[in-house]
Amino acid sequence: MPSLSLIEQSVITGLLTGGLYGLLALGLSMSWGLLRLVNLGHFAIALLGAYLTWFMGTQLGIPPWWAGLIIVAAFFIYGIALHWVFMRFAVTEMASMLITFALAVIIEATLQFIWTADFRRYETAWGSQSWVVGSLYFPKLNLIAFLVAALLAGGTWAWLRYTYVGRAMRACAEDAPIATAFGINHRRLSFMFSGLCAAYAGVAGVFIALVATLAPSQIWAWVGVVFAVVIIGRLGNPIGALAGGILIGVCEALTMAVVNPSWASLVSFSVLIALLLFRPRWV
Amino acid sequence: MSAVRLPVKLGLGLLAAILIAVPATNVPAYYVAFLYLVFFWIAMATSWNILSGFAGYWSFGHAAFFGTGVYTSATLATKFGVPFLLTLPIAALLAAALGAAVGFVVFRIQRLRGELFALMTISVTFVVATIISNTPIDGGSGVYLISVALPEIFGSQNATIYLLGLFMAAAALALAYWVYHSRMGRGLFAIHDDEDVAEVKGVPTFRYKLAAFALSSGIAGAVGGVYSIYVSYVTVGETFEITVIMYPVVMSIFGGSRHWLGPALGAVIVTIALYGFAAGPQAILVRGGVAFGLIVIVLLLPTGVMPSLQRCWARLFPSLAPGRALPEPRAAEPRVPHAASVTALAPLLECRDVWKGFGGVQALKGVTLDVRQGEILGLVGPNGSGKSTLINVITGHFKLDDGAVVFDGTPIGALPAHRIAQLGIARSYQIPRPFNHLTVLDNVALAAVFGGGSSEAAARREASYWLGYTGLGGRAFHLPEQINLHERKFLELARALAARPRILLLDEVLSGLNNTEIDEAMKLILDIRARGTTIIFVEHLMRAVNKLSDRVAVLNGGALIALGTPDETMNDQEVVKVYLGKAHAV
Repeated sequence: MPSLSLIEQSVITGLLTGGLYGLLALGLSMSWGLLRLVNLGHFAIALLGAYLTWFMGTQLGIPPWWAGLIIVAAFFIYGIALHWVFMRFAVTEMASMLITFALAVIIEATLQFIWTADFRRYETAWGSQSWVVGSLYFPKLNLIAFLVAALLAGGTWAWLRYTYVGRAMRACAEDAPIATAFGINHRRLSFMFSGLCAAYAGVAGVFIALVATLAPSQIWAWVGVVFAVVIIGRLGNPIGALAGGILIGVCEALTMAVVNPSWASLVSFSVLIALLLFRPRWV
Repeated sequence: MSAVRLPVKLGLGLLAAILIAVPATNVPAYYVAFLYLVFFWIAMATSWNILSGFAGYWSFGHAAFFGTGVYTSATLATKFGVPFLLTLPIAALLAAALGAAVGFVVFRIQRLRGELFALMTISVTFVVATIISNTPIDGGSGVYLISVALPEIFGSQNATIYLLGLFMAAAALALAYWVYHSRMGRGLFAIHDDEDVAEVKGVPTFRYKLAAFALSSGIAGAVGGVYSIYVSYVTVGETFEITVIMYPVVMSIFGGSRHWLGPALGAVIVTIALYGFAAGPQAILVRGGVAFGLIVIVLLLPTGVMPSLQRCWARLFPSLAPGRALPEPRAAEPRVPHAASVTALAPLLECRDVWKGFGGVQALKGVTLDVRQGEILGLVGPNGSGKSTLINVITGHFKLDDGAVVFDGTPIGALPAHRIAQLGIARSYQIPRPFNHLTVLDNVALAAVFGGGSSEAAARREASYWLGYTGLGGRAFHLPEQINLHERKFLELARALAARPRILLLDEVLSGLNNTEIDEAMKLILDIRARGTTIIFVEHLMRAVNKLSDRVAVLNGGALIALGTPDETMNDQEVVKVYLGKAHAV
């Protein structure tokens, strides 16, 4: 049995990793829940964002905050362009999965072609710094990532709940033709929203570059985890996405500490199966 | 038909003989290996398509079942000394069991079934890969099959592997052909278009999806078994590669996923196009290129090349094309003998204290109602009073929360919708919900097969009869989107009648029709009753309700407030209050 402090440290690590999962899940949950588009390419562009952050930081000397700004702006435009394609060709929910799956494969192939399949690590001066509370370590970067995730999730929640635009967005998800009849410009809103979801992937990408080791195949490792997070947190629910991320993160970290690190990747799947088996109406 | 079948059979036999003889001749090994690859992808794409193409549940996890097969054969042959050929059926069974287990979890979910299924299959791929690489099955170092013995046909193991590949492709095609032309195929295509309607029309959707998925996974498992000895060294990385997931999808959609032969066609074209680029650093670019091709196909050619090929074929060989003549109409025996004297007193359907709520809304609050054999019961009430919910509960689309529905002495409240349909309860939809990719004739034939229990051959003739009966004879080979709303309403009726129901539930069949059409439809309804069918008739048009109904039931706010003859109910104080407001109640 591992020591109590190891368990405590695992919970902290899991909590912080969970923030990152939540950040990744946020954009996916929003576009699935409110635009009815299942974006498998979300993971790929997050990783693309991470590679770009790493590339700009290590090759061009651009610090991550400037890189982040560039990436978020570029991804916002990418999100709008992607949505334009979906609208132009009247792509259905299921076809959107095929297209974004193919996009993910293309991005993976591109990353591998340019930067090879080798692992990449973005070393920064503050990368290894931690705040120490008692016997517990809080890595600074992970903590910042967690706070940003919480901020974005809370902000999105408040935006959807309290602003006119946010409520209009939810109305469109419920019934687009009726919402349009009430004078909501569904098209313009959905473009903006799609851009926003892609921008979230950009934010996630910057933090992934800072705290994780990069390899092109990681795209697929995330699909299962983040998809579970999205379902557990319920579609279109930003706070749920974060909570689901934290739940999975903590469960994974505990599995690593108590059982065996290599089994951690099965945790999210098991939780999801249990949820679907025993609470099929949760979805 | 039989006259044209013979040359086709001869041609197929000749092709088979040539393909079987290839390894016995001195064709260069290069071409033999290429043919094996073609067979491999034909089998993979065709098996993927059995569920994903026919029923529209896109699986991104074919690699999981393929990989299960690869490692089952590899493990059994190397670690347990099982004769290799014997490992293949075991590989198929294990892969099928895995598919069935995944299906069992996902197919029960009501919302987002398709998306959940797709994402779940991706996850399963990585879960299976993780398990295999973390356990002694692989252990991370791969498994060698070099020393595994294989019977030698034509004097070499390679020839045996080639023939196994050929056999897998042929078996996959044969199974896909069989499913495509079977009852199950008909059901799967209906699921593709509208799963809820399919279930209510009598298609056992859960069972069919599960069976199709198990079959699809099982074939992939057997193909994986053969692949393990073909490569003779298996690794987790290569077995669960993203191309194994993507290629069958690309091939099926490119070829045409609505036809049993489409995926094979796509597999041949794509394999030929890619051969030669398969290895080296170019492999990455090829993968990206294929993915790009997938996007282009989905956007620009979603039906694949098969439909245009079929049109060319029909133009070249008109005699071989399927006939466009309406099948000889035939009325099926009704489920109940002609009852000239209607309104026997025996209740055919009883709702006893039926409750149904959705979240906070109680849609039905203890409705008790009996429907007598042979009567027309008008069901009226303001919008939101629970009429549609009651229909959905009776047909089993919604499970009731409390109470009982009894049909001819049998409690049906807990039965799945398709069982209820088979017992003889059919409905029409207020807003027509035809299967959009099936012709008008096939829409009706489907109901005859699954609701009415007719054989495939009889169903088309019965469908033809009901199309004539509802005046749609000239539209038999149109798609639903090509006919107008009025015709689609009558298609709804024909589809309900083809199930030969004992009780017919009509949900606002008259709304949206003009006066002449309404008169026509009313005549039809009386005639249907005269044939012995009991009718529950939801309608807002009081002229029709008063004229047609033997009794009228009035719902308000989820509760039954009146039940009796049209005269009685229309003069009921409570009813007047609900309809006209308090001031008009005496």
